[in-house]
Amino acid sequence: MATYELNVNGQSKKVDVDPSTPLLWVLREELKLTGTKYGCGISACGACTVHVDGNAIRSCIVPIALVGNRKITTIEAMAQDPVGRVVQNAWVEKDVVQCGYCQSGQIMSAVALLKATPKPTDQNIEESMGGNLCRCATYVRIREAIKSASQQL
Amino acid sequence: MLSNSRFFIRTVLFILVSAVTWIALTASAAIEIPQSRKSSADANRADGLAAWEKIYSVLISPRCINCHTATNYPQQGEDRHRHQFNVVRGPDGRGVPGLTCAACHQGASSKAAGGANCAECHQEADLDPTGVPGGHGWHLAPLSMAWQDRNDKPLSSAQVCRAVTDRTRNMNMSGPELLKHHEEEELVLYAWRPGRRADGTPRSLPPLTHAQFVEATRRWVEAGTPCPPQR
Repeated sequence: MATYELNVNGQSKKVDVDPSTPLLWVLREELKLTGTKYGCGISACGACTVHVDGNAIRSCIVPIALVGNRKITTIEAMAQDPVGRVVQNAWVEKDVVQCGYCQSGQIMSAVALLKATPKPTDQNIEESMGGNLCRCATYVRIREAIKSASQQL
Repeated sequence: MLSNSRFFIRTVLFILVSAVTWIALTASAAIEIPQSRKSSADANRADGLAAWEKIYSVLISPRCINCHTATNYPQQGEDRHRHQFNVVRGPDGRGVPGLTCAACHQGASSKAAGGANCAECHQEADLDPTGVPGGHGWHLAPLSMAWQDRNDKPLSSAQVCRAVTDRTRNMNMSGPELLKHHEEEELVLYAWRPGRRADGTPRSLPPLTHAQFVEATRRWVEAGTPCPPQR
């Protein structure tokens, strides 16, 4: 076990965990930030996507020991993020969600895309969102919502 | 009077031509490479070419060539299939926003781990169950350094050699810099500690050990980085 001081959603959090514990389980089990979901555990589905220093990463395979003092941002902070808020509103406007399990990961990837590319093409969207799977196949609505959000940025 | 001056001119011309001929012959004899030196240079080149073929056998192994593609995507596995999840190259070979290489392939450097050195080793073991390899600065080689064609077929030894030695394509690396790249670059070293697949089986290693690879590169560089002729 080791103690780590993390910067999560702008707040300092101290956790005492094994160094190999994936960031996902630190967020969900230690910090009770359960908006980030466990899907596959091998970075294959994107449900666990969070931002580390602004970059979308798969938290299920990142050992906590590798995070260091980088800033972690989860879905819980998106309502306070200017781009995150626009994306969440677009998600509601386009009624994207069906079962919803993958959607926190989808939104985190979409926000990362729009922050880097505010006016994405269809190809940009397909390439950036390609690693986020949705068993309900909401892909068409996800694309519409990203385009809608981009018009407001 | 006239015949005297003609004789004089002819004599001067004769002397001049003789002198130039003598100088040319002497000079040509002076710059002729001794046979022993010539055969030594040939042997050196042959040794360099033999070393290159060993290097080539490593470069076209999946651990190296999977990221030296000529396409818009990396490859995976021993069969070098297209990377899953529609992973694409992106503008700088590091993926695209939302799906960068580092979204999954986390660095194992102590710097990234905030100085926790034990995490370097633990990370290798601990990521094994996921089957996701890790390495600092994970990225694709630039298209200028593609070692395969657009149909994913490895280029010939001569073609790869020219790509590797062409400084307009190889990030302007000299021979000694190529040696250093093979010796120290973290993603090169990854090829010899590639971890395990998700099913627990180990990934294959290149056909040479890293020490043999570096030694072959050293011999090739010392021989002047010779390349096989294009066919």
